[in-house]
Parts: sequence; C-alpha cells; structure tokens
Amino acid sequence: MQTTLRALTSLAVLLAGWQALVWATEVEPFILPGPWLVLQSLVGHLELIGRHAAVTLLEIVLGLICGCGLGVASAIGLSWFPNLRRWLLPLLVVTQAIPVFALAPVLVLWLGYGLASKVMMTSLIIYFPVTAAFLDGLRRTEPGWLDLAQIMTAGGTNPDRWTILRHIRIPAALPALASGLRVAAAVAPIGAVVGEWVGSSVGLGYLMLHANGRMQIDLLFAALFVLAVMAVTIFFTLDWLLRRLLPWQPDSLPNN
Amino acid sequence: MPDFEIDRTVLQQSMARPIGIELRGGALNYGGTPVFEELDLDIPVGRTTCLLGPSGVGKSSLLRLIAGISPEAEAQRLVASDGAPIAGRLAFMDQRDLLLPWLNVFDNVTLGARLRGETVDRHRAGLLLQRVGLADQAEMLPAALSGGMRQRAALARTLMEDRPVILMDEPFSALDALTRLRLQDLAAQLLAGRSALLVTHDPMEALRLGHRILVLSGDPARMGDPLEPLGEPPRPADDPILHGLAARILHDLAG
Repeated sequence: MQTTLRALTSLAVLLAGWQALVWATEVEPFILPGPWLVLQSLVGHLELIGRHAAVTLLEIVLGLICGCGLGVASAIGLSWFPNLRRWLLPLLVVTQAIPVFALAPVLVLWLGYGLASKVMMTSLIIYFPVTAAFLDGLRRTEPGWLDLAQIMTAGGTNPDRWTILRHIRIPAALPALASGLRVAAAVAPIGAVVGEWVGSSVGLGYLMLHANGRMQIDLLFAALFVLAVMAVTIFFTLDWLLRRLLPWQPDSLPNN
Repeated sequence: MPDFEIDRTVLQQSMARPIGIELRGGALNYGGTPVFEELDLDIPVGRTTCLLGPSGVGKSSLLRLIAGISPEAEAQRLVASDGAPIAGRLAFMDQRDLLLPWLNVFDNVTLGARLRGETVDRHRAGLLLQRVGLADQAEMLPAALSGGMRQRAALARTLMEDRPVILMDEPFSALDALTRLRLQDLAAQLLAGRSALLVTHDPMEALRLGHRILVLSGDPARMGDPLEPLGEPPRPADDPILHGLAARILHDLAG
C-alpha cells in the first residue's frame, strides 16, 4: 500500500514537471506534447494502439519463452558436458561482443517482415543473460551438499549424475536463474521494438516510427506510454511469480 | 509414553548389520609438506570413537578420507571389518547442517532414499523426527528453524540413512553451550550400538560421548594412545573427573 502510494506520488510529480516544462517553454505540441494531450491521444486512438500493442506483446512473450527455454537448455547442456563448455563458452562470450541490434536488418532479410524476425531478435538478446546466469548457478553448488549426496548414493547401482543434477544442482541454481529471467523480462521489450523499427507493418515500434514521421508526437508518446506499462507489468508479474516459486530465497536487503 | 517401546524397536530393528572400519597408512600432503603420514585408525564395532585434536591437524581430512570425499588424502588400506567395500555403508554429518533450503524438514530427512530412487519409509522418518523433537516442524523450511533445530534435523537425516558406520565432523561446534549439551545427550542415545567416528576439538565433548578417545597432534600429526574413560556415554557434564581429564588433554595439546 505504502509502496503504491509512493509510486503514485513520484508519477504525479513527474507529470506535473512535464506539464510545467511545456507551459514554461511554450514549446509546440508537435515537438513536446503535454501529458493531457497525450492522454487525449491515447483515449482517441485506443483501438489502434491496442491492436499494435497486442502484436508487440505476443512478440515479447514468444521471445521470452524461446529465449529462456534455449538459455535454460544450453546452461544444462554446458554444465553436463565439460568438453562442450570448453569449446563453446568462449565462443558464446565472443559473440556477445557483436551488438545484436546490428543483426536486426539481417534477421528481417532472413525471416521476413512478420512475427518470426521479432521473436528471433527478442530471443537473441535474452539468450545470453539467461544462459550465463543459470550456468553460473549450476557451477556454484555448495560443495557440502554434493559431498553429502555422494556419500548417500555411493556404492549404489546407479550413482548417476542426472540424479544429483535434478535433486541438487538444478534447484540450487534456481535463484541464479531467476536473476537471469528478471534481466530477460526487462530487456525483452527492447528486442521486440528494435525488430519492429527495422522492418514491420504492425506493432508498437512500427506505430511509433510512423507517428514520428507524420509529426504525431502525441500518438508516439501514447504508444510509448503503453509500451512502458506493458514492460513494467511483465517485469513485476515475473518478479512476483519468481518470489512465489522460490520462497526459500530470502530477500536480505533492508526494506526501508 | 506408550509409544516409546514401539519407537525403540522400530528404530533398532531396522539397523543394518554392524561393521567396523580399519584404516592403515593414511597420508595427506598439503603444499608439499606432510600434514600426516603413516596414520592408522580403527572404528570398532558398535562403539563411538572420538578423534580429538587442534585445528589444522588434519582430523577432518582423515574423516573425509574414510568417507571417500577427500581427493587429497590417501590410504594404503581402508576396509570394513567384514572385508566388503565401505562405499554405501556410511552416513555423514557435518558441522554445517547442509539442509537443502528448498526442501522442508521431512523431505530433507528422507533425501537419501529419494537420491537412491528408493521408496521413502515415512513411518520411520516420522518416528525419527519425533525422537529429535521436530515432529511439529516436519513441514517447515530450514530457514524457519533455529540453529539447534537445524542440527537436530541433520542428526535425524544422518540416522535415517540407517548405515552401520556414522561419521560426524564437529557436529555440534557451531551451537551455543546449552543447545550443544542437549544435542550431545540426544546423539549419545541415538548412536548407542552403532559404530561412530566423531571428530571434535572440544575435549569435554569427546569425554562425554566417546567410548574411545584418540588424540591427534603434532607436525606431522601423530595419533596418541587411545583413552577409554569409565562408564557409558553420555557421561554427565558435571563430572569432576572428566573435567580433570579434559584439562590435562588441553594442557598436553597446548604443550
């Protein structure tokens, strides 16, 4: 409750400052529209913005699912096969030096104007943080737990690594994976929008670019506002979900 | 306590065939210098052996060597008294509780069976939890428990393994004095009849719990002659004879 109140207060201050800036500078509405004008534009173009937002949301969600799924699978694969890790990990790090956004035009060329290139773009920028975070967690299992498990399973018919991975390494790495997923949720909208800027005929990124070109800055801001709300909602939903699913991971930062 | 007789029979009947452990020629090098070499150690059947020594003398390494989790230390001969391999016949308890934070107390106690793909003996687990006084906390996560409770859960997990030999590495040293005293009594009752090796740096703990006490000291470390105090463990914590002995051991270790 307190948190909500504080968030609303900061939002109100921000909006007041914005309106004050518009009044003080008497800037033209096609350069910087005031918040009231943006709200009017939002209400007026609700159907249009909604249609484009739905596509962007779909791209983000599909990208999150693909990128996170691939990241989780890669981390488990790399932790399972030491040889794969030795050969692939340096390569993976080097590929991160390439700005993924620079690949966006190529992706559009390869995968077309539709959904696929945006989902690919989103997956690509999510993939590395998820893989790196989860792999890190898988490598840092408390040695005492592993010793204990080794003594418990020693002399058995199948003291297999899979059991240890499933019962100890993976659960122990889940908090680290959660950090990766939070980063993924925060950057996923960027991937989708960049993909749309480069080449598309639908989506919030396209709508913003189009509105910008036609000096409909109020529409651009309205679309931006919806994008921001969407991104924040995705992040906090995931954050809430992760907290519910990993209750043993205590939040040790002071809360006041 | 009408339940107590059943409790005792169930916990004892399920005990695995007792064995002892024989270690000959144990050696550990650390950075080129020997911590110990040519070291012999016996864990006799059905008795608690306490291994006492200052920190850094290699007593934990010796225990880990027997447990098969020490890549550095090695032994010329390490066998069970019946000649069969040791692997799979040990239970281990560490100074840290090593409870998995995502599992509740019950699931932690029954971890071994699940790792081995066996069916969990829920009845026995329930009895053990009752025995260590955690019956009401079975559904709780470890983070919700006090240090003493966590170590009691670790003790229950160790005994749930139902292995003939139990290795304990300073199991109570992270606890406050009163909790430690209570847990020593509980452990002595539950360890009765089992072959156990308990590593500790506390002479009083060794004197209370050990049928046999071995002192490891020096550089490189040597094993002293075994000490066998009178009476059955747990010996009373206020026994002046034990305190006299503890003082002498401490004096010898310091000298």
